Amino acid sequence: MARLGMVIDTRKCVGCMDCVVACKTENDVPDGFCRDWISQRLQGSMPDLRLTITSERCNHCDTPPCVTCCPTGASHVHHYGKVVLVDHGKCIGCKACLASCPYGARFIHPEGYADKCTFCIHRVEKGELPACVAVCPTHSMTFGDLDDPESEVSRLIASRRHFLLKPDAGTKPRIFYLE
Amino acid sequence: MIELITTRHNPMIDPSMHVWGWEIPVYLFLGGWVAGSMVISGWFMRRGHTPGEGCVGHMLPWIGLVLLSLGMGALFLDLEHRLYVWRMYLTLQPASPMSWGGWILVLVYPFLALGALASIPGDLLSRWPALARLAERVRDPVTARWLGTANIAVGVALGIYTGILLSSLAARPLWASAALGPLFLVSGLSTGAAFAHVIARDTAEQTTLLRADNVFLVVELALIALFLIGHLTSGEVHANAAALLLGGPYTAVFWVFVVGLGIVLPLAIQSLMAMHRIAHTLVAPVLVMLGGLALRFVIVSAGQYSHWITP
Repeated sequence: MARLGMVIDTRKCVGCMDCVVACKTENDVPDGFCRDWISQRLQGSMPDLRLTITSERCNHCDTPPCVTCCPTGASHVHHYGKVVLVDHGKCIGCKACLASCPYGARFIHPEGYADKCTFCIHRVEKGELPACVAVCPTHSMTFGDLDDPESEVSRLIASRRHFLLKPDAGTKPRIFYLE
Repeated sequence: MIELITTRHNPMIDPSMHVWGWEIPVYLFLGGWVAGSMVISGWFMRRGHTPGEGCVGHMLPWIGLVLLSLGMGALFLDLEHRLYVWRMYLTLQPASPMSWGGWILVLVYPFLALGALASIPGDLLSRWPALARLAERVRDPVTARWLGTANIAVGVALGIYTGILLSSLAARPLWASAALGPLFLVSGLSTGAAFAHVIARDTAEQTTLLRADNVFLVVELALIALFLIGHLTSGEVHANAAALLLGGPYTAVFWVFVVGLGIVLPLAIQSLMAMHRIAHTLVAPVLVMLGGLALRFVIVSAGQYSHWITP
């Protein structure tokens, strides 16, 4: 079974927010909410400063705390690509998954259920790319099977220096950022 | 130096997480209070106190039923997808303390109800023979001892669960402590003993509850110390979480209302009462109960504020 993940090249990402707009459009994300977002990290001190731009979203962790804490099984690991999803019809809106996510990737949809990035599973199952990856004008985002050593994502991770977000939280995130 | 700028502004998440308001601390407080009441009433049941003696142990199940219902009401109000709450009872998720807690809450009701039934005088139940027979059976000394043991076991499970519910959410460093379950249990026992002390009629019972509450308060202080030391001797993330209570924004409310007015002052007053230096007063047990409520508010609020600092 595939283990889908994403590689984002921070040298190519310019923070244009096309990925954010594409996600909101594709997934009909309500006003005032976002499933993905842009962060800018300014590190160092004058004059040695470094700006890193990252497109962020649910990390679809290998050990997802949002799934283990869910009292109804609404948060689950999908059979296709081990993508972490929420079954809206099972979610009671207890917000335990929001509290358990070190990335703050989830939110409560105005209709009451927990919502977040799905890796556009409805597109991926048809062989298409997630909307954010498909629209990126600098091709900074690569999507694929992390378990396949021949995949583009595996090749990039093997060949380039990269980092994870909050690796010490212990959730084994599946979005890798190339330095 | 790292400066982080984000375009995300999701409600309840940014700028710092605040998913749980007053409902969850109130629910955890009432749950702990019920847990403590069950353990105390179970202890009295095991000691063979019979209804009609005015034993406080026979009043507690009635009050527990009301408190538990209020607590579950608060929990229900906190849900965002309320009409789907029944989904919780179609499954048991072994890894989810919240799922276990949901089922424990269901278990609590019948044990409280049996305890309450035992306290109803037989003549009041004469119009319902089946209930009268059940009450008679529950009042049987052997059954009463069994019911007392069951009440203690379910009460301990309920009390520990209220803490484990938070400590299982490891993304919030302040909650990531094994001491939180025992701390909330002992705080619940202390609240239950304080309340039982308030409503007890019998002087001997008052003294027993007073002394028990003093023990609970001392253990609670020790667990708070362990909770803080555990964080301070862990990594930077946990030390920073503890710093919220040790110089950070929650310091004053924690040390004044939880530790000072909620534990130390009532412990001092109750120790003097136990030594018969001063007369019985309701001030101390009321302070203990308010301290228990303050503990839940501080831990729930500060825990949500705590986060992983790595970018």
